[in-house]
Amino acid sequence: MTVESTAARKTTRRSSGAKRTTSAASAKKASAAKSAEPELVQLLTPEGERVHHPEYDIDLSAEELRGLYRDMVLTRRFDSEATALQRQGELGLWASLLGQEAAQIGSGRALRDDDYVFPTYREHGVAWCRGVDPTNLLGMFRGVNNGGWDPSSNNFHLYTIVLGSQTLHATGYAMGIAKDGADSAVLAYFGDGASSQGDVNESFVFSAVYNAPVVFFCQNNQWAISEPIEKQTRVPLYQRAAGFGFPGVRVDGNDVLACLAVTRSALERARRGEGPTLIEAFTYRMAAHTTSDDPTRYRRDAEREAWEAKDPILRLKAYLENEGHADAAFFEELEAESETLGKHVREVVRAMPVPDHMAMFDHTYADGHALVDEERAQFAAYQASFEGGEGE
Amino acid sequence: MAVQKLPLAKALNESLRKALETDPKVVVMGLDVGKLGGVFRITDGLQKDFGEDRVVDTPLAESGIVGTAIGLALRGYRPVVEIQFDGFVFPAYDQIVTQLAKMRARSLGTVKMPVVIRIPYGGGIGAVEHHSESPESLFAHVAGLKVVTPANSSDAYWMLQQAIQSDDPVIFFEPKRRYWDKGEVDTEAIPGELHKARVAREGTDLTLLAYGPMVKTCLEAAAAAAEEGKSIEVVDLRSISPLDFDTIQASVEKTRRLVVVHEAPVFFGSGAEIAARITERCFYHLEAPVLRVGGYHAPYPPARLEEEYLPGLDRVLDAVDRSLAY
Repeated sequence: MTVESTAARKTTRRSSGAKRTTSAASAKKASAAKSAEPELVQLLTPEGERVHHPEYDIDLSAEELRGLYRDMVLTRRFDSEATALQRQGELGLWASLLGQEAAQIGSGRALRDDDYVFPTYREHGVAWCRGVDPTNLLGMFRGVNNGGWDPSSNNFHLYTIVLGSQTLHATGYAMGIAKDGADSAVLAYFGDGASSQGDVNESFVFSAVYNAPVVFFCQNNQWAISEPIEKQTRVPLYQRAAGFGFPGVRVDGNDVLACLAVTRSALERARRGEGPTLIEAFTYRMAAHTTSDDPTRYRRDAEREAWEAKDPILRLKAYLENEGHADAAFFEELEAESETLGKHVREVVRAMPVPDHMAMFDHTYADGHALVDEERAQFAAYQASFEGGEGE
Repeated sequence: MAVQKLPLAKALNESLRKALETDPKVVVMGLDVGKLGGVFRITDGLQKDFGEDRVVDTPLAESGIVGTAIGLALRGYRPVVEIQFDGFVFPAYDQIVTQLAKMRARSLGTVKMPVVIRIPYGGGIGAVEHHSESPESLFAHVAGLKVVTPANSSDAYWMLQQAIQSDDPVIFFEPKRRYWDKGEVDTEAIPGELHKARVAREGTDLTLLAYGPMVKTCLEAAAAAAEEGKSIEVVDLRSISPLDFDTIQASVEKTRRLVVVHEAPVFFGSGAEIAARITERCFYHLEAPVLRVGGYHAPYPPARLEEEYLPGLDRVLDAVDRSLAY
């Protein structure tokens, strides 16, 4: 695969997304690349029709296809439960992944156990694929920790809120893999908003220069809170890779098969020592940015409705049904499993204890620090002064 | 090599060499650290002997350098990062403050961040803008970081060894105007603790507290004051975070007067924190308020004016006189 072939890649199917038009002449040139439909890899149409791509294909068993469907359904169920828990006051905030299930499950299922993931704060589906207990993801949103898991236990790094910072960590980790002579790879997530960050661009520079085994997976969900993609870029994001000297590819982010095929291919490329790839998963943030956001202030319902027709779960369901890969019993069992998961999440979250007061001092340093010791002792003495009284 | 007289810069170089020899996970990275040996030659000859994989010339992007160092640390490496000059650290400030400093706490103690960030700092070398600053308090203010600075060759050698061995991130400030000052280094000695202050000169009338480049200035001031019959104690702080208040307190309880000296601006400088805490600890011992000597609340001036901006012998002695006049 060369940079040229990737940049020039055409798909057999075009996106069914609405065409963009520009009125101002001055904007025309800037938007020239976008005025045509974006070139994107698609293996499953919004209607659930299986199509083929000359460079990327995938051959999955019925069981594997059902597995991807199950992953997406359970992830969505977990996500909706978390949104509900926020509305009930059990979580302070939630960042929903609604609509991005295919991008996350497709890419997440492309990973090997020894690969390493650097997520943003919305990669609940990828965490699911890595085997991270979903209730672990809720600690920071409930306000009982600021991360809350051991990244090395599932090779899934902590959620990172400062946009784009983790792409450099991913690149450094990948440089370490290369130094070790291992054939693992790193998958770094970020979004269309973060693509403007210096850190993301520096990670492209470093990974290209060191030929690091890292795949950048950008979920372009069209919105950075209230700012549309046009506020971030004049060119399709995947095309930026060419300027850094590595391939970029746009994939239908609502097509789990295409996301799996493209990510698998990029990870294999990284393993072979051929360096980074940028994948732009073209998708849509169906929900608000977070539970604190109000999208009615900046976008139209019609846009959302157009994307609902491209729902990642519905299209795989149609395919499974049309091909006879899943029967009614499968869907019923999955429905029951979803409800069990929702109940489990609810129960665990409500029982999640508030940490001990003293915990705020824990883990500030590995080797200790005189000031932390002093302030911990002062605080303990202050707390103890309430013993027997109202304080606890 | 046991005891040798080395310039401070060479002591750092020997220390890095020793770390690279001892621990295969140590990686030196930064701008021009390879063939050039760094702009101050601190990494001179290291790439030749340890290879490009361990002494890494990086792209020119400070956030990228620190960000990838964090990733390498997550993979089990011990990166030693060189920032070329004090004023160039700020593109990396976000990675240092929001990521490096907090990673361990966010992981509930499961992650270690053994990253050393070496920063040549301070003025007095006639440099252009952004090459003479002292931003140490901007890092000391951040929980999760440790901040140290050697004042002589022996400390340069040993404190860098200890910083590299630390499982916490350490901001290692190097007094660039003292790079060429020679001092004895005993590479077989048993070093003192990294975060302990050191009494550099004993005295009874007043304590001068300094670190990095100002230790020498304060020792000269103490010698000058001695000619006037004043007995000045000089304490070399060595570690800015954590601060060794026990050593400072012991000195102040003896001398009853404290003057803190640093090149950094006085306003919200480390001297302010020291003054507040020593006032709490030693209120009934103090004969005078804690005084501070340092830079002014103005951008670091052009080189032709820096001698007026930086605390020199006369400004330190003036503060000594003011304290003794109480």
